[in-house]
Parts: sequence; C-alpha cells; structure tokens
Amino acid sequence: MNKYIIKIDNVWKTYTMGEVQVHALRGLNLEIKHGEFLAIKGPSGSGKSTAMNMIGALDVPTKGSVYLEGKDISKFRESNLAQLRGKKIGFIFQQFNLINTLSAIENVMLPMVFLGMPVGERQRRAKKLLSMVGLDKRYGHRPTELSGGQQQRVAISRALAVNPDVILADEPTGNLDSKTGSTVMDFLKKLNRKENKTIIMVTHDDELAKHADRIENIIDGKIIKGGKK
Amino acid sequence: MLIDFVKISLNSLRYRKLRSWLTMLGIFIGIAAVVSLIGMGEGLRVAISGQFGFLGPDIFSVQASGLNLAGPPGSNTVNPLADDLYKKIEGLNGVEASFNRHIESGTLEYNDIQSIGMALSVPSGENRKAVETMLNLEVESGRLLKDGDNKRIILGNGFKDDKIFGKGVSSGDRVLLSGETYTVIGILEKKGSFIFDQSVIINEETLLDQFGDDGTTDLIAVKVKDVKNIEKVMEDVEKILRKERDVDLGEEDFVVASPQQAIESLNSTLFAVQLFVYIIASISLIVGGIGIMNTMYTAVIERTKEIGIMKAIGARNSTIFTLFFIESGFLGFVGGLIGILLGLGIANGMSFIGRQALGSELIQASISAELLIGSMLFSFILGTFFGVMPAIQAAKMHPVDALRSK
Repeated sequence: MNKYIIKIDNVWKTYTMGEVQVHALRGLNLEIKHGEFLAIKGPSGSGKSTAMNMIGALDVPTKGSVYLEGKDISKFRESNLAQLRGKKIGFIFQQFNLINTLSAIENVMLPMVFLGMPVGERQRRAKKLLSMVGLDKRYGHRPTELSGGQQQRVAISRALAVNPDVILADEPTGNLDSKTGSTVMDFLKKLNRKENKTIIMVTHDDELAKHADRIENIIDGKIIKGGKK
Repeated sequence: MLIDFVKISLNSLRYRKLRSWLTMLGIFIGIAAVVSLIGMGEGLRVAISGQFGFLGPDIFSVQASGLNLAGPPGSNTVNPLADDLYKKIEGLNGVEASFNRHIESGTLEYNDIQSIGMALSVPSGENRKAVETMLNLEVESGRLLKDGDNKRIILGNGFKDDKIFGKGVSSGDRVLLSGETYTVIGILEKKGSFIFDQSVIINEETLLDQFGDDGTTDLIAVKVKDVKNIEKVMEDVEKILRKERDVDLGEEDFVVASPQQAIESLNSTLFAVQLFVYIIASISLIVGGIGIMNTMYTAVIERTKEIGIMKAIGARNSTIFTLFFIESGFLGFVGGLIGILLGLGIANGMSFIGRQALGSELIQASISAELLIGSMLFSFILGTFFGVMPAIQAAKMHPVDALRSK
C-alpha cells in the first residue's frame, strides 16, 4: 500500500478570464496519509476551494500531478473521474447539497445507484447509515422537511454510502448553529478514529480546524507552513 | 439501474407538476387531433366503401348523366337510357350478363304515417338470381320475391323498428306504396347502408305497372366474364353508347363507372383531407416538441446545481444524459397517451352526436391499432428527439462549475 492516499505534486491551476490569466494554485504540494484528519485553512480567494476540487477529483490541474492511491489522475477524463469519485470519495458540503426531489433514503442510495449496487443491498445499507446518524424515523422525508442539522446528517450518510476511504468536507458546519455543528464534528471525528477514514476538511474557522490532527494553511495558491502535531 | 433512473426522472417531473402538465398539453392536443380526425376520416371511408361494397368487382353500371339534382340516380336526366340498350351491351365480347334496373321514389305509408321510399326493381326470369347476387339480397324474415309476386314487396331492415312509422313493419303487414296497397313478404338483412336499409324491393313488372313504362331505364348493370377485362369492356360499352346516342368523345351524356373507380376517387379525396389533417397536426406536434425542448432547457439551467451534486457523488456524463433524456421521453410518451385517450373520446363522441343528429349509421369512428401504436411511438420519439440537445447540455456541464451555481 502507498504511504500516502493522496499526493499533490506541484499543482498549478490557471483560469483564463478574458485576456487575464488567474492562477488559483501556484505549485501546491500536499501529502495526505491513510487515516489522517487534515484541515485545510485559508481565507477566501486563497485557492482552498480549487485545492479541494483537485483532492476530490472534481477537476484536473493545468500543470502538475494528483495521485490517488498512487495513481496519477491528473490526465483522467471526466467519466473516469466520475467513477473514481463515486467509489473512493465521499463529499460533505456546507450547503448540504441534497437532491430536493428525492427523500432522505433515496438521497443516501443515489451514489449506490450510480455504482450499480443491487436494490436490496442499497436499502439495507442506507437504512443502517441513517439510523447511525439518528434519522431512522425520517427515511421518507424530503430535504425541505428536515432541519439543517438533519439535512447535514443525511449528507453524511450519503457520503458514507459507498464506504469510501476519503471523506471530503467543505465547511461542514458553516450553515449550522454551534450545538448542531459540534454534533457533526463529533461524527467526523468518530469516523476518523473508529472507521479509520481519511478526513479532509476545508474551513476558514480556526476553532473548527483544531479538531484535526494536522492543519495546513493555503495562501495565494500555496501551502505556507507545516501543520501542528 | 435503468429503473432507478426512470424513478429519479419521474420524481423530478412530479416535483414540477404544473409545468410538466403544461408541456404535455402541446403534445396531447396534437395527438388528439391526429387520432380523432384520422379516426373519423377512416370511419367515413370504411362506411362509404361499405355503401359500394354491395356491387362485386366484376360489375359496372351505365347511367345517363346531365341534370341530376335530386331524387334517385338517373331520374332527372335530359336524355334517359333506352330500355333496349342492354341487349346490345349483352352482345359484346366479355359480357356475361346485362340488365335494366329501374329505380323510383315514392311515398310509403304505414300506421297512417308517410315516408319516402326508394323502390328498386328486380327483373324476372334468369336475371333475378344475378341481381339478387349482385345486390347480395338476403332476407332476415319472410322470403325473397319470385316471378309473379304481384303487389308484394320486400322492405329494408330500417323499417323493422318503430323509428320511421312509429311502429315496426314485419312480414305479412300491408303498406301503401304511392297510394297502392302492397303486402310485405320479407324484411332484408341489415346492410348498414342507409340506401339499402330504407329501400323497397319490387318486381320489375310491378314497378313498371305502377310507375309507368316510358321505354327508358334508369341504370344498366353489366357483369363481365373475367374481371381482368373490365376496363376493356367498359371502353367498348362507351363506344356503343356514343354511337347510339350520337355524341362525340369527351361530350358524353352518360357515365360508365365501376364501383372500384368510385372507391378509388373517394379514397383520393379522403386522402387529400387526411393529408391536410396530418399537416395541421404535424405543425401542432412540432410546436409541442419545441415546448418540450424549452421545458427541458429550463430544467437543465434550473437544476445545474443538482447536476453538479450528482456528478460529485459519482454520476457520469452518460448518467446525466440518460436522466434528462428519460424525462423528455416521458413527457412525450404520457402526452401521447393522454392525446390518444382524448382523441378516442372526441372521435367516438363526435360520431355519436353525428349519428344522433343525422340519424345515419354512416358516421362511425374507425381507429386502427396501427394509428394508436404509431401515435404513441411518434410522441415518444418526438419527446426524446427534442430532449437530446438539452440532455447533452446537461451532461457536458463541468462538475465544479455546476456545483458553484446558485
């Protein structure tokens, strides 16, 4: 097994806006170990979202390489990236990003549908995950019928649906009150400790970042100093 | 997997119920128009062909033409056909039999109520059988006419119930035909043709006796030996008639026509009408299809974020394409289904109203399975066709851009 589950090697991302070239990432280097809980911090416009897109295989770099489990995915085509995301990475977003037309359980089952899992297994697993986050009475509810905290718990269940190695959380408590927020953080920590999931959290909140094993700061598209611990 | 996609797509459509219905409206108006108008046109064609159907393909008719404004065919003509003409025609090569047919209209009275009756003659002797076969005469009750059946008639099936005389006529009853008393000896089987179901069948001698013999005939029926030669025989008959009546080619005051020709000309007229309906319906369906495209483009823009989410959690481009494709196909399919039901309702309702208003069995909707399956398939294809472009647009979205929207 590779030492690093994710390795980002001198990655540049350049957007062309009109005639101006904007460098969102300028030679980003980052290595993430199996089972690590990493917080990526940075002010808005620092390139942390772009970094997250690279880690989450949502985008490919203009220059440099991204390795997932030792495989260079920087030249992958979109459909291969989609398959990779579907299998290896679970996303948790600030806006929860649930599909409003589907019920809680259908939202959790969706990644498994894309993966072609049989219906019985899908339902069993989705029910298990929803009761794990304390939503076993809410299977049939639509996202609009759930509170913010409940929605984020559905989103966490969805992120765990295909049992991915990596959980990518983008400001996971940003839209929640502090009490609900800390419940969500407890979940993430528990996943890290008990299930040995690699957790990468993007945030601008110092307090939140302290929950992680290691903190990396991004400014101007680069990591600027080593993390704690 | 496909079933799951169908469920997801249906969920989206249900979520936007009003818009889905409005979009389908365009399709089902078009399909309803096609199904109902084509169905009624086809029904009319079948019914009218049925009117001609009593004549076999090996028989054609000769009639004088000219002023023919009202009344039975051939009755108000300038120059009627001579009643001995049939003998000359019979002498032609390829003719098996030829005979005069007299048609007179008169009053028919029963139960003190008067009605119009059309009296059709049947010749005596060996030609009787030929005419009976030609007109496919069979009785439902009583018996057919025989030679010497004076003052006896057979009535069409339409007189059997109480619609015409307030009381049904049956075999053995006495009726007045243009003032003279006749005994009804039989009732014809139902033909579904308004001419036949309200006709009076009478022996030729009796008819000439009552209505007078002026040495002319209304119609000459000609039966050929071999149906393949019917065109040639018809030309020969035209030649004889031109000579007899001293008219030039192109100025004939008579018509030689086979039922086949009549059906063909009817078909070509109806085809023109149907073509017109198809064109109107196509325009409406294209507009409906563009409605689907418009709705789907809106849906793609509105659901950009949703597309981004799905891509983030593992949906491939092909998955997104399929989801949107199913949605538009479904809009077309259900629109078509409702259109068919609506069309069936309109066609049957209109023909029912028509039958009540005109009292004629002629107006019948005839909707074939091909028409239904074709409409169904067409509306589905329409939905998918106009859904392809929006679905491609959705599939090609970049996950990062899509996630960032809204």
